[in-house]
Amino acid sequence: MEGLERIVLAHAFFAGFEEELGPVVSGCARNHRFNPGQYLAHEGDPANEFFLIRHGKVALEILPPGQTPIVFSTEGEGDIVGTSWLVPPYRWRFDARAVELTRAIGIDARCLRDKCEADPRLGYEMMKRIVPIIVGRLDDTRMQILDVYGKGRK
Amino acid sequence: MTELADPFVPVPYRVGRVRRETHDITTLELAPVTGERPDYQPGQFNMLYVFGIGEVAISVSGDPAASGSYVHTVRDVGVVSGAIARLGAGATLGLRGPYGTPWPVEAAEGNDVVFVAGGLGLAPLRPAIYHVLARREQYGRVVILYGTRSPSDILFRHEVERWRRRLDLEVLVTVDRADADWRGDVGVVPRLIARAGFDPHSSVGMVCGPEVMMRFTANALSAAGVGSERIYLSMERNMKCAIGLCGHCQFGPDFVCKDGPVMRYDRIADIMTVREI
Repeated sequence: MEGLERIVLAHAFFAGFEEELGPVVSGCARNHRFNPGQYLAHEGDPANEFFLIRHGKVALEILPPGQTPIVFSTEGEGDIVGTSWLVPPYRWRFDARAVELTRAIGIDARCLRDKCEADPRLGYEMMKRIVPIIVGRLDDTRMQILDVYGKGRK
Repeated sequence: MTELADPFVPVPYRVGRVRRETHDITTLELAPVTGERPDYQPGQFNMLYVFGIGEVAISVSGDPAASGSYVHTVRDVGVVSGAIARLGAGATLGLRGPYGTPWPVEAAEGNDVVFVAGGLGLAPLRPAIYHVLARREQYGRVVILYGTRSPSDILFRHEVERWRRRLDLEVLVTVDRADADWRGDVGVVPRLIARAGFDPHSSVGMVCGPEVMMRFTANALSAAGVGSERIYLSMERNMKCAIGLCGHCQFGPDFVCKDGPVMRYDRIADIMTVREI
């Protein structure tokens, strides 16, 4: 097993992944290093890549017009950043900024989408990993929208 | 024949030190005007009565090993709690208590302990945290997970920072939203559970916060492998008599004032989602 493939399969996102699919995914992967303050992605940019965070912390933020950015989530070791690469028109829906030195694996989105189209088994394995993350983030968003700690609530 | 004290008659207490924790949360020390303060257990509450305004149930937030005063942390959300929050040193109020079931701090000995607090929920958990830290060697790993609305809403901030510096304690703090200056975590507190280091099969979870937050947290603890009989929640209902007579705090077959506020999750999980309760 090559070094990058080992690193990819060691990430929590790929826990239990079929080993034979490892080279297929790692063929679309490359290493990244982001310094504090460096952006992984900007809202509106093409979502050409998504990231498996190995170390560090990434802030997901929205910039309301005329205001300072609002951070609505942070992602760290074992998390992924980016799901827009799966949904047309494949554009980032938020900014992603490294809060501290962050090491990540970037997965080329078009490369992986093409491989998923060609091999539904790979596509289904990817969906089984992505969907729980999306559902979990939907749950988180519900809790945040409820503003459970706001005044008038216990 | 000895005459029993009337449980509805409050005892006068005097406000000592007052500390403004956040823009709407205040901590007060309350000492009896005469006599001794009764002992209490972590998780119990008192009924605080502002003369001429009304009475409200507030959990004790101080160290149960400290003598002299009760410590209560109050959020200004209503007429009575607002009146309490505005009291100054030297003011007098009425107090009945302590009441209710405690956190299972003794039963948890020998286990890992996971405290999960949301917002003001850190206040009722703090006596249990003090108890565990005072007997640190009797517990396995101890984890404190705290979520609140924004960085400026962090309760007991200096104390939380002091706990974070300890090597025998894992403390993770998250906020629902922040500006770019905040270098900590942003997200809901149940998400911290997967990151915390504890053995789910020998852990006791103690959870306090808004009920929605506690439901999500109990689900996350269960998903992590903590048995529902090892998860405890501090419930809140409209408590009036505090001694199980009036029925205002009925919660299914229980009264929160005497069967709670600390209740085991496996006993209440099914009724927590019943709308009529």
